[in-house]
Amino acid sequence: MIKFVLMVNRRGQTRLSRYYTPVELSRRAALEADVVRCCLSRRKEQCSFVEYKDFKLVYRQYAALFIVVGITDKENELSIFELIQNFVEVLDKYFSRVVSSCAIMFSLDRVHFILDEIVQNGLVVETNRSRILTPLNAIDKMSDS
Amino acid sequence: MSMSPSVPLQEMIRAIRSARTQCEERGVIQRECAAIRAQFRQADNGGRSHNLAKLLYVHMLGYPAHFGQMECVRMIASSRYSEKRVGYLGAMMLLDEKQDASLLITNSIKNDLSHSNQYVQSLALCTLACMGSAEMCRDLAPEIDRLLRASNSYIKKKAALCAVHIVRKVHELGELFAPAARSLLSEKNHGVLHGAVVLITELCERSSESLERFRKTVPDLVQIMKGLVISGYSPEHDVAGISDPFLQVRLLRLLRILGRNNETASDAMNDLLAQVATNTDSTKTVGNAVLYETVLTVLDIKSESGLRVLAVNILGRFLLNNDRNIRYIAMTSLQKIVGTDHNAVQRHRGTIVDCLKDQDASVKRRALDLSLALVSASNIRSMMKELLLFLSSCPPELRSQAANGIFTAAERYAPSKRWHIDTILHVLITAGGDVRDETVPNLIQLITNTSELHCYTVHKLYRALLSDISQQSLVQVACWCIGEYGDLLLRGDCQEVEPMQVCEDDVLDALETVLQSHMSSTATRGFALTATMKLSTRITDNVDRIRSIVSIYGSCIDLELQQRAVEYNALFKKYDHMRYAKKDSTHFCCCGVILFCSVNSFAFNVILGFMLLLTITFVSAPTAPTVTVYEKDGVTLTIVCEKQSDSAMTVTLTGFNSSDCDVSSFTLQAAVPKSVQLHMKAPSGDSLPAGGAAKVTQVVLLNNPNKVRLQNRQMLFIYLVCRGSTVQETVQVDSFPGL
Repeated sequence: MIKFVLMVNRRGQTRLSRYYTPVELSRRAALEADVVRCCLSRRKEQCSFVEYKDFKLVYRQYAALFIVVGITDKENELSIFELIQNFVEVLDKYFSRVVSSCAIMFSLDRVHFILDEIVQNGLVVETNRSRILTPLNAIDKMSDS
Repeated sequence: MSMSPSVPLQEMIRAIRSARTQCEERGVIQRECAAIRAQFRQADNGGRSHNLAKLLYVHMLGYPAHFGQMECVRMIASSRYSEKRVGYLGAMMLLDEKQDASLLITNSIKNDLSHSNQYVQSLALCTLACMGSAEMCRDLAPEIDRLLRASNSYIKKKAALCAVHIVRKVHELGELFAPAARSLLSEKNHGVLHGAVVLITELCERSSESLERFRKTVPDLVQIMKGLVISGYSPEHDVAGISDPFLQVRLLRLLRILGRNNETASDAMNDLLAQVATNTDSTKTVGNAVLYETVLTVLDIKSESGLRVLAVNILGRFLLNNDRNIRYIAMTSLQKIVGTDHNAVQRHRGTIVDCLKDQDASVKRRALDLSLALVSASNIRSMMKELLLFLSSCPPELRSQAANGIFTAAERYAPSKRWHIDTILHVLITAGGDVRDETVPNLIQLITNTSELHCYTVHKLYRALLSDISQQSLVQVACWCIGEYGDLLLRGDCQEVEPMQVCEDDVLDALETVLQSHMSSTATRGFALTATMKLSTRITDNVDRIRSIVSIYGSCIDLELQQRAVEYNALFKKYDHMRYAKKDSTHFCCCGVILFCSVNSFAFNVILGFMLLLTITFVSAPTAPTVTVYEKDGVTLTIVCEKQSDSAMTVTLTGFNSSDCDVSSFTLQAAVPKSVQLHMKAPSGDSLPAGGAAKVTQVVLLNNPNKVRLQNRQMLFIYLVCRGSTVQETVQVDSFPGL
């Protein structure tokens, strides 16, 4: 299962954080800093999977944005790798432009809602891009009218 | 008092970002939080969701936001969707079941689960799945079950995952959801199918009855999977030409759980797995994700051997993939099965060995683990070539593991003793600093036992010493060897190495270089000094040089070396005395018994040196008295000399320990002058337990056929280990019966 989803910029500042296992608030900052340090220090020849403590990290870089997903041992790493790509494509589609770290910051709640349509309590709930965005588009239309 | 108006979210973010210092940022955030708090206290206003959104942003940055918890509760109860939405999100981020406020939202969740708007229902489901307590779960489980059966696809898929959470919290409720889960398998909507498969997986992992029951669904699952694999292009679920790879992966995982340890179920899925393995396009990552899951399933269930070979071959292909992620997972998987499917993995040994040169350090590490696991008697020579090559250029964090792995492999599969010794020497030359401490005594033991190669070994080590004295373990073994077999070195002839004239000065030069080098550790210098001393029994022309070397170290700063040197010096002096006094007796010397202990126990990894000077002079005597030659701290060594003939003598050495400290790894070695032949029989044991519970005896046969008048430079060196501390002493025995 997925333990957490993080989006950080190159300087290590958190742009989005969502935890699916209980992590105390006081420990979150340290965990995020450590995880981010791990991923940012990887070189290009190294693979996208990092063994971290007793679980794994899957990370992908999109320009200045790093997306890091913490997973338990049983999860298929390649599948999660693809899931991250799926997530980014959904965001691109919703925001009608290539998503940057700034865009996420200014529409943080929307990004959370999108994420909720993809992952629920640490498990994947929907991967079809149109189906993920249907609720958001419906709500947006409702609030516009 | 007028309140500063709170700013829109974007403004606040800009203000925070423009703060130049941490302190400034804190100031901005404190101001904002105060404003937000004030807003919360006010009656209903339109900006509540914005305020909460701001608070969530602040919370993400790591600042306390618990004062927003009650606001979440209030907003969840609101009738406006936008407020509910932010309220539920806030609840998921700020609340957990331990907080009191979470109890207050139970009622809202309950109501919202049957709301007319499916998006409101979905919010409630999501939040329940995120933070529902066991109480809430028990309370609401029937409602979730209802939603699993009678609602639209959107709600069904969310309800399925919510049920997973409920089952994790309250295991017994698994029974409740099993029938609904079963019927969901006939749905067409992929989201619902996905949810159903995840729920069934959870149920099967929790209870073996569920597992039994759901095994009956294997044919249905196989059917669904087949549909995905052979279906044509479907724009809805297509990812790079593969139909819903995420669903395929989950199906394969469920099949794995159902087929494990069960022949029937495994048989039922055999064909499907073969089909997926052969037909899935492996040019894109998604395809490889499906293949990976397939391989894991094949290897975990009771599959037929052909299928297993197919799976391992897929892993072998993965190793050749350009994508380093794929290489990494191939390595990980191969590592897991190298024990069970050893022969299948052996077929890919070449590729695995090539991965030793991979750029990625974690791939290298796994390649090393796998390579060491794949070493066998038939491939030891070629594998060792690769491993030694790897050792010379591997990253520093892997050197120790590589060196020790090589030693273990060499010990187990060495095709010849000479190869074994060569390999160990090669490792010491390349990575001598990264080997375990026991390597030095172990190697010495190995060399001692390989008497046919003494000449070869001492020549090789001498040459290694000449070229590099920085690797301490190598230098230590070389010094020991030279001290032990220096005569073979000086003799010059050895078939297996190129002939090289070595004179006594050369050897002493080498040892002196070690002694004087700043690279040599204290232990190494100790070895060199002892070796120099031992050579005094084997060489004839340069004894004075040895004496002068030894006397220099009598004033060495290092205490151990100084002590050793002083004792050696004393030996020299005492020899002279004896030499002059005993001119006319028939001297028969048995000396140079070296007790070399290599301790492999946990606490003691130290070689103690007790040096015992023993000069035994043997004269024909009718009875053979027992002479105590050494006694200290409760440890005693006695000898009994029995003359067998004119030139032969038997010496029985007996060790005894009456102290309260156990002595272990008690080993004796003897070195005698050139003219004397020595044969040491096996000792009775190697430990001297405390309190004299047992003895160690060893018989030594000596033969002095030439009846050469022996120069009195023979010595007994005893090493033993006790209590983990290094002690070195020289004891001289100078009174003998019959003398």
